[in-house]
Amino acid sequence: MNAPDRHVFQAQANNARRWEAAAVWVFRCATYSVLVCGALVFGKIVFQGSQTVFTTKAPFINTAFFTESPETLHVFEFEGKKMELGDRDFRALKAANPAAKDLRSETFVYSAGGIFPAIAGTVLLVIGSMTIALTLGVSAAIYLSEYATQGRLVTAIRISILNLAGVPSIVFGLFGVGLFVIFFDWNVSLLAGWFTLALMVLPVVITASEESLKSVPQGFREGSLALGATKWQTIRTNVLPYAMPGILTSSILGIARVAGETAPIMFTAAYAMRDKLPWEDLTHYSDFVFQGVMALPYHIYVVSSKIPQNEYTERVQYGTAFVFLMIVALIATTSILLRNHLRNRYRW
Amino acid sequence: MTALNVPAFAMDISPSKPSASEARPLTTVPARATSGPGGSSAPVGATLIDIDHLNFFYGASQALHGINLQIEEKKVTAFIGPSGCGKSTLLRCLNRMNDLIEGTRVAGGKIKIRGVDIYDPTVDVIELRKRVGMVFQKSNPFPKSIYENITYGLRLQGRSNKADLDAVVEKSLRGAALWDEVKDRLNSSGLGLSGGQQQRLCIARAIAVEPEVILMDEPCAALDPIATVKVEELIQSLRERFTIVIVTHNMQQAARCSDKTAFFYMGKLIEYADTRNIFTKPSNPQTEAYVSGRFG
Repeated sequence: MNAPDRHVFQAQANNARRWEAAAVWVFRCATYSVLVCGALVFGKIVFQGSQTVFTTKAPFINTAFFTESPETLHVFEFEGKKMELGDRDFRALKAANPAAKDLRSETFVYSAGGIFPAIAGTVLLVIGSMTIALTLGVSAAIYLSEYATQGRLVTAIRISILNLAGVPSIVFGLFGVGLFVIFFDWNVSLLAGWFTLALMVLPVVITASEESLKSVPQGFREGSLALGATKWQTIRTNVLPYAMPGILTSSILGIARVAGETAPIMFTAAYAMRDKLPWEDLTHYSDFVFQGVMALPYHIYVVSSKIPQNEYTERVQYGTAFVFLMIVALIATTSILLRNHLRNRYRW
Repeated sequence: MTALNVPAFAMDISPSKPSASEARPLTTVPARATSGPGGSSAPVGATLIDIDHLNFFYGASQALHGINLQIEEKKVTAFIGPSGCGKSTLLRCLNRMNDLIEGTRVAGGKIKIRGVDIYDPTVDVIELRKRVGMVFQKSNPFPKSIYENITYGLRLQGRSNKADLDAVVEKSLRGAALWDEVKDRLNSSGLGLSGGQQQRLCIARAIAVEPEVILMDEPCAALDPIATVKVEELIQSLRERFTIVIVTHNMQQAARCSDKTAFFYMGKLIEYADTRNIFTKPSNPQTEAYVSGRFG
């Protein structure tokens, strides 16, 4: 080789380099296509939903949508104008105006008013079920990884728990009906929904908690035990605090699942329509947990598949989906901030 | 503390219990004014830990074969030997840290501390570990502040008086020759210290609960030479108040800081004598080969 412009590090085309370029492009395309799909879904929901949630006038937010219960929408012509009114306003108009007394209207169920009961219900369901899931799950994880004698039995339990994560959510829903709603006679209630949802996310919580507990260096445990701490003192003061960020990370995934699942709550906790808010008209405090609630995912399901579809129901569907996304994002952000706070506090 | 010969880690001791009455005649140490840590008036050199024909197993494999060893009070005893010879295993038997490892068991033989068999079912392992502290090979300060690290053991015992804790923190850190370096940042994380400082913090944490015995499992293995010198000096100053058992790979270290040295090989105690004798005129050819660097 005596060409003057060639040197020892001269780039050469060969198969390894062609495969390298091809591989990079495959990975890149895969990533971009996922991004595009995600952007389409989110874009559609945000674009359509924001038309319901935001307004062009003063407060710029459709406060009624956030604060009122769903109502039937009346569409009618009155004094030559086409009008849309919710059920209460429509009745008020009829009562107030003699000219409107015999007014006929086209009605669209659930298409007026807001979704406040569903928001409240979903928040209550998430808080309750995550409390139950974290209490049970972290306790079980502590027992499995810190106390139980490792052997075939514990391995079998672990595998069962992992398999439980693959059980379809409708099966959890039916199980909840059988055990909580019928056998325990809790009826369709918050309590039944809490436990059903908690059971559904338990496998994730247990598995992730065990992983985080295991990632705490053994030296912290030994150092504590060597100072005369009991096992529980060691776990409480010197293992659990350091495992907490990891446990919270897993529970963030759990929150999104609990908030979004429809199947487990449709027979155990959710009402298609309930005017009364969960904290209204309680005779006993215990009534609070023995009442059904509305929930965002179930509301989306109802308005998009249980009633005749038209332009008016579409507003509610997208608006609800958009609000739902925002709420999940809000809860997740809160737990991420909490996790980061803990992580900074105990760094090793 | 009264003049009981029965140490505090034997739980629920009543005179009618056979374990207690059995323990008393076996106590070889002379009666002492106090059995409290650091305050003992027992003569230096009395047997504190009596290891008697100890056999120890990890599952099916025997790690220690019939160990007989008497560790003397207020002295530094070094365990030396090649890797896997059982010296760390024996050390971890002394405060029952091996209990944490599944499948381990003491099969025959006894370890008596102040005459009480520490593997007896009546022994509360928590009390035992308060009396027999430990410093690990890998320094393990907790990811808490220096102050919280030192007071950790005391808080476990329910001590929460601020002035009391402050005093112990200063005393322990001074005892571990760390006070001057950290006194201005007691509230910063123990993990922000250098490797040598971390290890001395662990020693300070161990002495804060005033144990009688401090077990050190290769405390300098992860330290640079200068930090090692500091820890060795510290061991010299601690021998006044504590009985120290140190496992080391470093024969010079054993020679420099210990009074007595035990040489282990393949799970057996080969030779146990004054450090001077082990390194100058060992009686066993295997010991001689090891300390002169011909194997291990």
